[in-house]
Formats: sequence, C-alpha cells, structure tokens
Amino acid sequence: MQNGSGSATVAGDERSSRVAFTVNGTRRELTLDNRTTLLDALREHLDLIGAKKGCDHGQCGSCTVLLEGRRVKSCLIFAVTLDDCSITTVEGLAGPDPLAPLQEAFIAHDAFQCGYCTPGQLCSARGMLDEVAAGWPSAVTDDLTGAVRLTDAEVRERMSGNLCRCGAYPHIVAAIRETAGER
Amino acid sequence: MREFRYRRPADVDEAVALLGEDPEAAYLAGGTNLVDLMKLGVQRPDLLVDVTRLPLDAVEPLPDGGLRVGATVRNSDLAAHPVVRRDYPVLARALLAAASGQVRNMATTAGNLLQRTRCYYFQDTGKACNKREPGSGCAARHGQNRDLAILDWSEQCVATHPSDLAVALAALDAVVEVAEPDGTRDVPFVKLHRSPGEHPERETTLRRGALITAVRLPPLPAARRSTYLKVRDRASFAFAVGSVAAVLDLDGDVVRDVRLAYGAVAHRPWRAYQAEAALRGRQFTPELAGQAADAELAVARPLTHNGFKVPLIRAVTVRALTELAESRA
Repeated sequence: MQNGSGSATVAGDERSSRVAFTVNGTRRELTLDNRTTLLDALREHLDLIGAKKGCDHGQCGSCTVLLEGRRVKSCLIFAVTLDDCSITTVEGLAGPDPLAPLQEAFIAHDAFQCGYCTPGQLCSARGMLDEVAAGWPSAVTDDLTGAVRLTDAEVRERMSGNLCRCGAYPHIVAAIRETAGER
Repeated sequence: MREFRYRRPADVDEAVALLGEDPEAAYLAGGTNLVDLMKLGVQRPDLLVDVTRLPLDAVEPLPDGGLRVGATVRNSDLAAHPVVRRDYPVLARALLAAASGQVRNMATTAGNLLQRTRCYYFQDTGKACNKREPGSGCAARHGQNRDLAILDWSEQCVATHPSDLAVALAALDAVVEVAEPDGTRDVPFVKLHRSPGEHPERETTLRRGALITAVRLPPLPAARRSTYLKVRDRASFAFAVGSVAAVLDLDGDVVRDVRLAYGAVAHRPWRAYQAEAALRGRQFTPELAGQAADAELAVARPLTHNGFKVPLIRAVTVRALTELAESRA
C-alpha cells in the first residue's frame, strides 16, 4: 500500500473515485461512487457473488473476505480506501486447485445446510487458522504468552464473528479442527 | 447514505488542516463504527479524511520502560503484541474480549477510543437523542435503559461508552498524544472523555479537528498481575453489560498499589478512585474488595431497568481482585 497517494477523484465529480486493487490475483480498476462498499464492489461491479450480504452492518460475517491476507468484513469498508490492496474472496481460496483442504473438510463434515453463510465461514476460518499459526491468543486462551491449542472452545470463540442460522456450528468446528490437524 | 468526498492526506498536518477547513468532515480509520453509523444516517459527513495510511501504526518500547502505541495500530495486532501480552495483560484481555476477529483486524487504537455509544436511541434516527441532535430530548431516560448508565448521567443523556480498550487504558493511566492545528499536546487518558452534563454531543475534551496520533502506556511493573473481566449477554461478540479492569500489587497480603476501572456504567470509562483508596495500604480480603466496590458505587443512581448493574459490578470487582490475589505464586 502506498502512503500519501492523495485521492483519485474523478474530474468534475468529487463524489466518485477511481480505484485499482487486486482481487484473487487479478488487477481490477473501477470508477465508483465513494459510498460503494467493498462488498458491493465485488458483487455488483466485479460479478464476484461469493461474498454474501447478510446484515450489511458487520454483525453476521457472511461478507467476510481476506484483505492483505487478514479476515475483514467487506460490508464495513469503502472500496475507495483500497487502492493497491490485495483481496481474496471465497472464489480465490483454492488457488488453481478445485477446492482448498478447508473446503473439502466442510463437505466431508456436512458443515452447512443452506450454505448462505459458508463463503464467509470459509474466508474467516482461513484467516483464523493463520492467526493461530502466528500464535495470537484469544479471549478463552488461559496463558496469554503460551502456545495456542485449537480446542473446540478456541474455535468457537475465534469464529464468533460468523453466524449460521441453520445451526451447523458443531460440524463447522469439526471441519476447522480437522483442517488444523488437531484431531 | 449521504454522498461524500474522500481524501487521503500525505501527513498528519494535512489531515488536521483538511478537518479544519470543513465543519462537516470526519476522520476515517478502521470504519467499523463510522461506516455503520453512516448507513444508519446517524453520522452524515460531507468529507472523509482517511488516516489509515499515515505512519501511525507502530508499537514502540519507550526508554522509561513504557510503550507507545500508534493511533492506527489495529486492535488485533495490539492484542497479539508480545510486550502487551507479557507486561499489560489487562490491555490484551480487554482487546480480546471486544468484537470479533474480523472487526479487531479492522478497528484501530484511536478509533476504538472515539467510537460512539451503542444506546439504541442514539442509533435510531426516529427517536429523540440529545447526543445525536442537541435539544431533541432523551428517549432513553425513561425508555429501555437496561444497558445504560448507573453513574454520572444527566437528564440530557444516560448513554454509556462502549469500549473495552478504554477501560484498560483508564486503569493504566495512559496518556493520549494529540495533534491540533497549533501543535501537539498530551492528554491524560482519564481526561479524554467527558461527563454528559448538558452537552452530551461533546464526548471528549479534544478540539474540533484534533487527531489522536498515539497512546502512551507508562511503565507499571505491577500490571503484569492484571486482568479484565467482562460480563455480557452471550459468550462472545457482544458489548459489555458491565466490566472491570484491575491491577493488583500486593506486599505480602497488604495492598501496595491497585488500579480499578469500570466499563459500561457511565458516559466515559470509569476510573474507580474511591475503591482504590479503600484498598490501598490494607490487608487484602474478598470482603475488603466488596467494601471498596461499595465505596465507589455509593453514588450510583440506577435507571428504571438497570439496578442489577450495581451488585453486578460489585461482584465482578471482588472476583477480579480475588483472582489476582490468588494468582500470586
């Protein structure tokens, strides 16, 4: 990301901006109303409809994507702020493979029913597993300075930003723990 | 949502100047609160000044043993910082108890401190709220006020400050570094937020356009024995019903030093000086901790639906201090 790149206001229209960022490895350039969220840019302008609009207020997690490799809620980010950033959506999780191991585990464990929250669950779990690998503690970690062991309680706490109204939580926890190699 | 202009200033001076030029401008950091309030129509800025790319994202140890935290350090990075986890567990615990993993990856240090109340009436533009629209009244005063203040409220506003991080910083006697049009200054953390009084729309002592650039933590070896206990309506991803930040330093079983602050009880993070005075220099017992909380809460004025917060905060005070006392090897 660049610092101090000013603003890319469109000539004659201060309420819109040009923005360029990378999505799933492909550079994309857009001219957007400044009010456009990353979620709406993905869904309405780039035809990437994996990320879902649930609450649109940062409470349900169905819009979760990875920004510079970190999980975030795309409904609470204005796209205009993302010049030169790198974004990964559920469509880019697997890379060139058909499915990532995390996605295979969700299928094997029947970790969804209607599937609406699943893209957000997958992106959130991917980011969460990287946070665990980096040694980040959580609110249920007893020893803040020790190693993290990814128990059911740890997975539930760390995934609390993603709601599943079908109630597939036990299977989601199992799929994530299997992917983490803790079973 | 109202249309807005967008600018990304090159440095702090330009950011402060941009705010000074436009009375309807707002700083944008992590956006986790502001973007939501813009969707709700509660905040309607004409210009967003994006400060997230300013060089304010470092966590630096200080020569005196303290720590300087840049304003745009993300909540998740601060909670995971090795020095914070070792030397200021109350701070790491407060951050980890807040919001969700995704929100912590977005939210910044300064943005967290300046977030707005989650009072339902403030967030609903169809309701009277002196904080959102001065002079319009307070629908919460005699409304559904179960989650609102028990201390220091006014007839104009009974809102609480929602931050967990702020409660820990109040206990730690942090200092806020601020840039203003005519220079920089330090603000003691406990002087940052205001009581509501007759002007609940004024939430801090900062001047219009001021930009928080960093928060300094003083050295406090006793804080290695510290904790943050948060009571909420569900186990995770919920705002506090009540919370306690506590640092306890014992000499034998005598209280050498103690720091206590309460969350979700007032318009600002509540430093419990009366409780601290009742504990300092005395032999620690859970009974004494309860009496200390009583001393602090003697001035509590519960609203219609939140009388339970008084015994709740008392109980959490006792538990936090007793756990710290027992954790000493």
